Amino acid sequence: MVDMNTTMITTQDLTRHFTVNKRTVEAVRGLDLTVEQGEMVALLGPNGAGKSTTLRMLTTLIAPTSGRATVAGQDITGDPRRVRQRIGYIGQGNGAGHQQRGRDELVTQGRAYGMDRSAAQRRAAELVESLDLVEVADRKVSTLSGGQRRRLDIAMGLIHAPGLLFLDEPSTGLDPQNRANLQEHIAALRERHGTTVVLTTHYLDEADSLAERVVVIDHGIVVADDTPARLKANHAGDRITLSFGSGDEATSAAGRIGRAHRNAVVSRDGTVVRARVAGGTFLLPGLLHDLDGAGVPARAAEVSRPTLDDVFLNLTGRSLREGRAGTDVDQTRTTDSLEVSA
Amino acid sequence: MNTLIHDTGIVFTRELRPVLRDPFSVVFSMIQPLIFLGLFAPLLTQVPGLGAGSTLQWFVPGIVVMSCLFGASMTGSNLLMEMQTGSHERMLVTPLSRSSLLMGRALKEIVPVLLQAVILVLVVLPFDFELHAAGVVVGLAVLAVFCIGLGSLSYALALAAKGQDWIFWTVQQTLIFPLLLLAGMLLPVDAGPGWLQTVSKLNPLTYVVDVERSLFAGTFEAGELLTGTLAAVAVCVFGLWVGTRSMRAAD
Repeated sequence: MVDMNTTMITTQDLTRHFTVNKRTVEAVRGLDLTVEQGEMVALLGPNGAGKSTTLRMLTTLIAPTSGRATVAGQDITGDPRRVRQRIGYIGQGNGAGHQQRGRDELVTQGRAYGMDRSAAQRRAAELVESLDLVEVADRKVSTLSGGQRRRLDIAMGLIHAPGLLFLDEPSTGLDPQNRANLQEHIAALRERHGTTVVLTTHYLDEADSLAERVVVIDHGIVVADDTPARLKANHAGDRITLSFGSGDEATSAAGRIGRAHRNAVVSRDGTVVRARVAGGTFLLPGLLHDLDGAGVPARAAEVSRPTLDDVFLNLTGRSLREGRAGTDVDQTRTTDSLEVSA
Repeated sequence: MNTLIHDTGIVFTRELRPVLRDPFSVVFSMIQPLIFLGLFAPLLTQVPGLGAGSTLQWFVPGIVVMSCLFGASMTGSNLLMEMQTGSHERMLVTPLSRSSLLMGRALKEIVPVLLQAVILVLVVLPFDFELHAAGVVVGLAVLAVFCIGLGSLSYALALAAKGQDWIFWTVQQTLIFPLLLLAGMLLPVDAGPGWLQTVSKLNPLTYVVDVERSLFAGTFEAGELLTGTLAAVAVCVFGLWVGTRSMRAAD
């Protein structure tokens, strides 16, 4: 075990290059990161941002090109075996061999972490119970459903009750119910055992609801690092959308809003005016009153709370959702809207 | 060293479990050797160079080596699959030593090879085949050493293919038939042209097949025993060296 109040991860200028078709790709470029014991950190970024490469370096699966990292008190390049002893890792794939049986794999994992046979069997039985795998643990892994296999992956990652747990895209490919299930497990782990958790994700809601700290990574560097609430407050305002009776009215309203609120980013599109501004929900009533008085009443109004995607868009000029299937967009948006008829 | 043995034991046990849970899988991988036994051996009646005994007496040791050759050379595909599904990565993040991940897998190859050999011998026993138990036991020991090396090479190939099936199978299929034919497994090489005999002498498998034939016939000939054992040990050492190197280098 590691002492309380200690730093779990520190990296200094951590860098990893890959050679792809004789070209050098800088997957991670001088990453500095510190994670304290008990933190729950999400590395958020689009595919190819360098999240997984970072995780693979921290879990000793690949060596850094340059830079240093200390994980659970051990240098990752000095003694990778001791790092592996102290960390848990749940990768993107299935930890259990498809030809194996789940319980057998759990026992093997326990043995790999130094337990004797009976201790490994006891621990396996415990995890089978707590992850609701009793009915399927003695079946061949290839016959399990995706959600069952994922629970088995978690069980394998937790076999030695690690103080530091890494999860690489834990909920990719899971249906919403299994995703919620998984998030509950991770949260419970933290509450009960004080486990430090570092996960990568490109699901915004996952980062938002699960992590207390979100590290936004893009092109291999950290572009922001804060709580979800502060990231949203500092890097994205509320989005106010107002509709008007005509384009002329909209133009005049946009000018008024811009002059009254210097911090707002205002744009007009036909009869619609959009303004991005901090504290939009509080500004809206006064804004509507002012526009009424000026003779350009809004016909409809809506305020959207900022999402982490807005944060990402603001920081990088790109949306995290670009190029992805739109199915989970609705789930990831947290919209408080209010309609005002004029 | 202790850690290596301990870790190798864990990997060996893990690899062996699916075989023990489903022993019938061993029989499936024997279909090709059994076809050769049933459909090819009967064609060997008028062939010169088969020695003094019956056709089966000459052919069975070759088929035993063949089932080892097929089984052990394909075993890398299991690792290939685990590289694709993620369970190999799972093993790589455990504290198990990299070398043990290869050695445990390679050692497990002995088990299906021995099971297959026993089944083949039982199948031919009612026919024109004389069992020389002591010779067969020594022969299988030599074969076990050989298949550890071959299995390791197959795993090294899987690692080099980086999870791409077509690379693995193309290389495996390209190599297996020249090795098999040049070792005189199906037909004696002695009657062939000089160049073919020369190439055959460069194939370590030739010496393994030769020593299996004399051991299965109950003769312990020192020269053959030496070259056959040396060839098996050489393949084993080379295979383990290449295999553990690839496993340690695997990112």
